[in-house]
Amino acid sequence: MDFSFLLDGITSVTWQQLVMYAIGGLLIYLAIVKEYEPSLLMPMGFGAILVNLPLSGAINQTMEGIGNVNGIIQWLFETGIEASEALPILLFIGIGAMIDFGPLLSNPKMLLFGAAAQFGIFFAITVATLLGFDLRDAASIGIIGAADGPTSILVSQILGSKYIGAIAVAAYSYMALVPIIQPFAIKLVTTKKERMIRMPYNPGSVSKLTRILFPIIVTFIAGFVAPMSVSLVGFLMFGNLIRECGVLGTLSDTAQNILSNLITLLLGITIAFSMRAEEFVTYHTLLIMGLGLIAFVFDSIGGVMFAKLLNLFTKNKVNPMIGAAGISAFPMSARVVQKMSLKEDPENHILMHAIGANVSGQIGSVVAGGIILNLVARFL
Amino acid sequence: MNEYTIQSLNIMWQGMFGIFTVIILIMLVVIILTRMTNKK
Repeated sequence: MDFSFLLDGITSVTWQQLVMYAIGGLLIYLAIVKEYEPSLLMPMGFGAILVNLPLSGAINQTMEGIGNVNGIIQWLFETGIEASEALPILLFIGIGAMIDFGPLLSNPKMLLFGAAAQFGIFFAITVATLLGFDLRDAASIGIIGAADGPTSILVSQILGSKYIGAIAVAAYSYMALVPIIQPFAIKLVTTKKERMIRMPYNPGSVSKLTRILFPIIVTFIAGFVAPMSVSLVGFLMFGNLIRECGVLGTLSDTAQNILSNLITLLLGITIAFSMRAEEFVTYHTLLIMGLGLIAFVFDSIGGVMFAKLLNLFTKNKVNPMIGAAGISAFPMSARVVQKMSLKEDPENHILMHAIGANVSGQIGSVVAGGIILNLVARFL
Repeated sequence: MNEYTIQSLNIMWQGMFGIFTVIILIMLVVIILTRMTNKK
């Protein structure tokens, strides 16, 4: 009797796959114990184990005597991400339906911080090229600084980067680490006195018509200036229009809950396809994690420095920490800024300003994604 | 400094310029829209 077939799997394990089991376990640990982006990191961690089991049936295999056998995770990746980018794009409908642009519409100046805090993306692209990455991969790595997982996945996929797995892990990990990264970056470039600047909050009223027209107008502007951003901005704004129109309550609820949850569930495990040991266990992954951190830090610094620049020319001073809230990690970044502000001065409430900047960051990050696609295409 | 770095520096200033262009346009429209709808 020959029972060697029972040993086919275990005898095929490589050390790289063992490393991936450890990484998968770490992601699951971070998701469950530390609650770092659990909805994404847990499926990614488990998926990393699934795709790295020897001769895994979750990815396509060629079996002796049978031929090609399709694997579900590879099919999900090829269909939902590689062929159409459908999963990250559809997720934007849900995100758009969740966002209340009210704090931003009542204080439009906050929009500027959503632009300034994208600086880390471009800084990281430059550092990546200095480290030897080609433009395509450098741009894909830089977009980690969008602090927006679906945008990172979409841009790196469209640019055909081979590091999409590492980029997704970095994007989601650092988003979860915003409460640690941002205070460090903010304190690097602000004084205690600056962090104590008070900002009165006098929101203007926002009419229903403004709320309805806003997503439509944003889509037109982004579409005309940065056409490649239309799939991102357009679906984000479509979700928001469903929310604000007032006649699609059920669809809005579905987009915010069922659609978002379903896609998030599939997105994490689908991305795990790009975490196969032969592609993931390289020193490039470590470089990408480092560059992602640089992108996040310089996003915050970019936003803070822009706020300080504004303060040179305006009478009503802005607390520079508001600038750091211009990243897309919502609402975490706004909460971090509010917490820091209260730590310096328990009476200083800047949460609503920070939320306005933070919501603007969600627009800024998708616009940045589209602009990068446009620009990189011109240089390739 | 390699060729990609020079390209990335171009992407940096053009990209930031592009983002600010889109955001400032949106900001202007929001301000105008808010004023118009609040008057009614």
